[in-house]
Amino acid sequence: MNDIKGEERVSYTLTVNGTDYALSNLEPRWLLSDVLRDILRLTGTHVGCEHGVCGACTVLMDGRPTRSCLMLAVQAEGHAIETVESLAHDGQLSPLQEAFWNEHALQCGFCTPGMLMTAEYLLRRGSAFSRPEIRQHLSGNLCRCTGYQNIVNAIERAMRATAAEGPETCGD
Amino acid sequence: MRRLEDPPLLRGESRFVADLNAPGQVEAVVVRSVHAHARLQKIETAEAEKVPGVIGVWTSADLPKDLGPVPVRLSPAPTLLAALQYPLARQVVRYVGEPVAVVVAENRYRAEDAAAKVMVSYEPLRPLMSVGESLDAGPLFSALSSNVVYHRQQRKGGPLPDAATSRRRLSLTFRVQRHTAVPLETRGLLAVPEGERLTVYGATKVVHFNHRVLAEMLHMDPAHLRLVEVAVGGGFGVRGEFYPEDYLIPYLARLLGRPVRWVEDRLEHFHATNHSREQQHEVTVTYDDEGRLWSLEDDIWVDNGAYVRTHGVTVPELTQAMLPGPYAWPALDTRLHVVLTNKTPIGTYRGPGRFEGTFVRERLIDAVAASLHLDPLVVRQRNLIPPHAFPYSHGTSALGEEVVFDSGRYEAALTRIAQLMQQDTIDERKRVARARGRLRGLGFAFFVEKSGLGPFEEVRLVLDEEGMLTVYSGLAALGQGTVTTLVTLVQQQVPLPAERIRVIYGDTDLVPIGYGSFASRGTVMGGNAAYVAARVLRQRILDEAAAFLEASADDVVLDAGGAHVAGATHSLVNYQVLARYARANGRPLETREQFRSHAMTYPYGVHGVELDVDPETGAWEWVRYGLVYDVGRAVNRELVCDQLIGGVAQGIGGAAFEELAYDADGQLVTASLVDYALPGAPDVPDVEVILTEEAPSSRNPLGIKGAGEGGVVGAAPAIANALADAVGAPPEAFTHLPLTAAEVRRWIRPLPQDGVQDLSTADEK
Amino acid sequence: MKPPPFRYWRPQSRAEALEGLADMVQQGYQAKVLAGGQSLMPMLNMRLTWPDVLVDLNGLGPELTYIHRDGPALRVGALTRHYMLETDPMIQRLVPIIAQAEPLIGHLAIRSRGTVGGSLAHADPSAELPLLALLLGARMRVESVRGSREVPSDEFFVTYLTTALASDEILTEIVWPVIPPRSGQAIQEYALRHGDFALAAAAAQVTVDDDGAIVAGRLALGGVSATPLDVSHEVFSRLVGCQPEDQEIGQATEAIRDLVDPMSDIHADSEYRRELAVTLARRAVREAWEAAVQAQDRLQPEGEGSQEGERP
Repeated sequence: MNDIKGEERVSYTLTVNGTDYALSNLEPRWLLSDVLRDILRLTGTHVGCEHGVCGACTVLMDGRPTRSCLMLAVQAEGHAIETVESLAHDGQLSPLQEAFWNEHALQCGFCTPGMLMTAEYLLRRGSAFSRPEIRQHLSGNLCRCTGYQNIVNAIERAMRATAAEGPETCGD
Repeated sequence: MRRLEDPPLLRGESRFVADLNAPGQVEAVVVRSVHAHARLQKIETAEAEKVPGVIGVWTSADLPKDLGPVPVRLSPAPTLLAALQYPLARQVVRYVGEPVAVVVAENRYRAEDAAAKVMVSYEPLRPLMSVGESLDAGPLFSALSSNVVYHRQQRKGGPLPDAATSRRRLSLTFRVQRHTAVPLETRGLLAVPEGERLTVYGATKVVHFNHRVLAEMLHMDPAHLRLVEVAVGGGFGVRGEFYPEDYLIPYLARLLGRPVRWVEDRLEHFHATNHSREQQHEVTVTYDDEGRLWSLEDDIWVDNGAYVRTHGVTVPELTQAMLPGPYAWPALDTRLHVVLTNKTPIGTYRGPGRFEGTFVRERLIDAVAASLHLDPLVVRQRNLIPPHAFPYSHGTSALGEEVVFDSGRYEAALTRIAQLMQQDTIDERKRVARARGRLRGLGFAFFVEKSGLGPFEEVRLVLDEEGMLTVYSGLAALGQGTVTTLVTLVQQQVPLPAERIRVIYGDTDLVPIGYGSFASRGTVMGGNAAYVAARVLRQRILDEAAAFLEASADDVVLDAGGAHVAGATHSLVNYQVLARYARANGRPLETREQFRSHAMTYPYGVHGVELDVDPETGAWEWVRYGLVYDVGRAVNRELVCDQLIGGVAQGIGGAAFEELAYDADGQLVTASLVDYALPGAPDVPDVEVILTEEAPSSRNPLGIKGAGEGGVVGAAPAIANALADAVGAPPEAFTHLPLTAAEVRRWIRPLPQDGVQDLSTADEK
Repeated sequence: MKPPPFRYWRPQSRAEALEGLADMVQQGYQAKVLAGGQSLMPMLNMRLTWPDVLVDLNGLGPELTYIHRDGPALRVGALTRHYMLETDPMIQRLVPIIAQAEPLIGHLAIRSRGTVGGSLAHADPSAELPLLALLLGARMRVESVRGSREVPSDEFFVTYLTTALASDEILTEIVWPVIPPRSGQAIQEYALRHGDFALAAAAAQVTVDDDGAIVAGRLALGGVSATPLDVSHEVFSRLVGCQPEDQEIGQATEAIRDLVDPMSDIHADSEYRRELAVTLARRAVREAWEAAVQAQDRLQPEGEGSQEGERP
């Protein structure tokens, strides 16, 4: 190919959970989900379908829930990525994780990282969502074990806990 | 109680098989047939082998000449052996997705590049895509005389009433669509060779059985082979069985002398992992004017797919054996026909045979009631097996044992669901809904489950000198809370804090025997084994403490910190000291106990559904979902409810959303999560559970029954009955799954013109 | 399910992108343009497409992400993401049907990343934005080194997943007409699951006079043909001039039954889709008419909209 545009190999920096990772000489086709898991070894982000339906791979990008299987890793350069590994601090579960634990909001736990990241986004919005609204916002995160009921319970519980501490000032 | 399993899962620290990385690991991709039925002519691998990063390509010709097919685990019958599947197809492929070659490369990207370049020449043969086509065609296997691979008749009672002698008679055809478990985590394996030894990560469900099978297929000394279960993202029956890849990946790891990983992707999951459920029932029921049932006849046609897999004919046999359910039928005659077709083979999926049979029977009961203009709950109540009749046998058998119901108070469950769902005031709610332009319906479905398949489970307990209690169990853990349950049962006898108890399972090096987790057997078999072992250990500790404290064992009490004489906490001796003391005296504090059983336990319950139908689109909205379940005795009521509620969502999926549909050429047209519709959070209701413990099992010391499958099995008929109630449908309505809005619409009687307008007005409010 | 190998190119400006694209087309390379990726990435992962070069437009984000008022229209940059439309106050006031439809599009995470231009260029006949574009008569600004042109929606959607975009062209902007005074808009759809593509959808805009009689109306259907379908004339020719009773709306929308011949698939057969279309159309028209009457009731003097922002 003579003067065709584009690169067969790319080098870039990813910012994940506040840490910069320099990646060099990778094929650009590598998905963000695979780079997180296989190269950075942040395997908390799970891959359940690789066509954007199941939601297990959901991460936050610049604060918004995003499918890491529907992005090339190179595209995440310059954006802040947050994964499930960022939620607990010094081994202490976050209030959201505590709520999931208390409410039995997981069984096998495979969908849990994606659920948590979507729920984390909802919590940061600071609004009080009704049960049907929570269910609608979770429509892009499939769970095969719980029937969702305890997940909705957990998010309601976490919202109550957050509201008790005063609303966060985090918008879109 | 919070589950002990959860913290690492919540932090994203648990390791599922695809999370593992062994040094030097390479990745395998399976090349699969694109034809439903074809003769394999030639497989060219040269181009694939040239792809950078490719280590090799293997076809069936490259596998050992004496390699046999994957054997059956359950329900063996001689004819089944003619239709077993080899790890890679030889000469003929029989379903889309059948493995024909394996590529190994440095990573999955490169392996897929190479897989796309494996050139397979096929001579297409006619695909048999339904039971009907298979019955008319020649056999798919030369060793068989027909495609009916298994047949069994079960009868009870005298001659069935014929058309001349029976006053009431109803014949209906029911159809359950092909669908399956679809756990959120696909299957995967990592095989790591080290010298003579081979460790395989990713096993689950029946780890020890698979260990034996793999050792035999690899011609390995079982002592050199270790299977290890890691975190598992749901199984529901399909995961953990021995599939072709369970041979191929360990074989290649040994051949290459380096770790080989294979992670099934979602598209191949739909083709490769067991399907389930596809059945047709041709039913005739006779009954009298009061709705008393006389007889049930059923021809059960099972579309088995292309091969007999590890379950043999478990699903068909369970369908037949459990079909009669909670009713005291005077006469039964059921005929089972298992037919091979060119589809992915079937296996068990949560509630195997009962999802299908419960749908048929419970929809049939409402059809009987509709034909007599009787309340469906009254018809049920008139036919239930009474409490004094237990143990009760329908004269059927499955899984090698006669089905004998151990205990039940069925009428009490029926009363409870009627109260929970406020059946007495439904007419008023119907009127209110009608004024809003909605058709309200209320439906019920009774089910009897089976649980706790034997023959045994073993638990070994070791209290060590650090004061740690280790529980070695032969169970597997696929998300049900197995660890929490076992720890709870042990703690009830030896009250150590949970952080001082660890559970080891799913590792063939550390746990020598086990039967695994399936058929809702975990808590019944493994739980009772833990209970028995913990009682023994408790007594041993009391005896040692008595000796140490120079007291009578009867006066010693145990608490979280150790043992002391009752009323004298200052005398406390901690568990570390006791363990050291016991060992020093040559009596280490450990025990190994088995719980054996040759008769299953039979939990039961009732689903209740109230819903509103949109009379123009046929779509419906949930109003309430109720479930009454009797578990005999619960170890942990919360975990039982978790199982039931999750099961309901899966049942709803099977009732109204999910279908594995094939076209006439044998292509699976719903092979992605876009087209295979798993229910999401907005699609399922909150479930109100009433968990009772009224009919403990007489067959185990804890009196417990299983809880894994009752949530799933009654959903479809309860919804179908509610829909039929809403639209006033005739008996023959809603006999085919899935229940779609289009199907509902078909049974809505045309409303007067101004009625339509009223409904439309109401809709926008 | 991993994408096949490709070269990756992320131009930083519109001019650079158009030149590069033209070069590639001229040299005979297969180039695929990547915006939000919520449709293209699954196709790449499934290896349904094997481009030589993947042209990532996200470098043009600063240029092509905007929502501007421009007289009787809203100009929306092609890389504007769905969630931005969902919550934008100007959209909510001036093209309210977009704000109504956005929550129906995919899921939260899909709307984080998916773009307006991507959705329209993908041209799924069941998708919401193509339906709304056709309903409202949106115009697509399409650019290449050969120049810039505005394509009306009814010419833009050619057939299933196919648009009038040439291989060297990029969709850069969508011009949405602002809702006229005394008007209401509504969308109705039925999908198997929340967030799924609709089995059928109907969108309507109704304008009324001082008495609440219909003076103009538009109606478009999704999911029932290879492109969204405009049935305004057939339905509203019977409704203009009246304050329709439900029965009249019902009779007018009955005309749809003979106009559509939907495909059958695993989720719904042709007959059911047709019936759905008729029902949803009637509901959408009715809802739009009610909204129009309400809008008429609280109509305020002209010029009120000017404070909503000029081009920045």
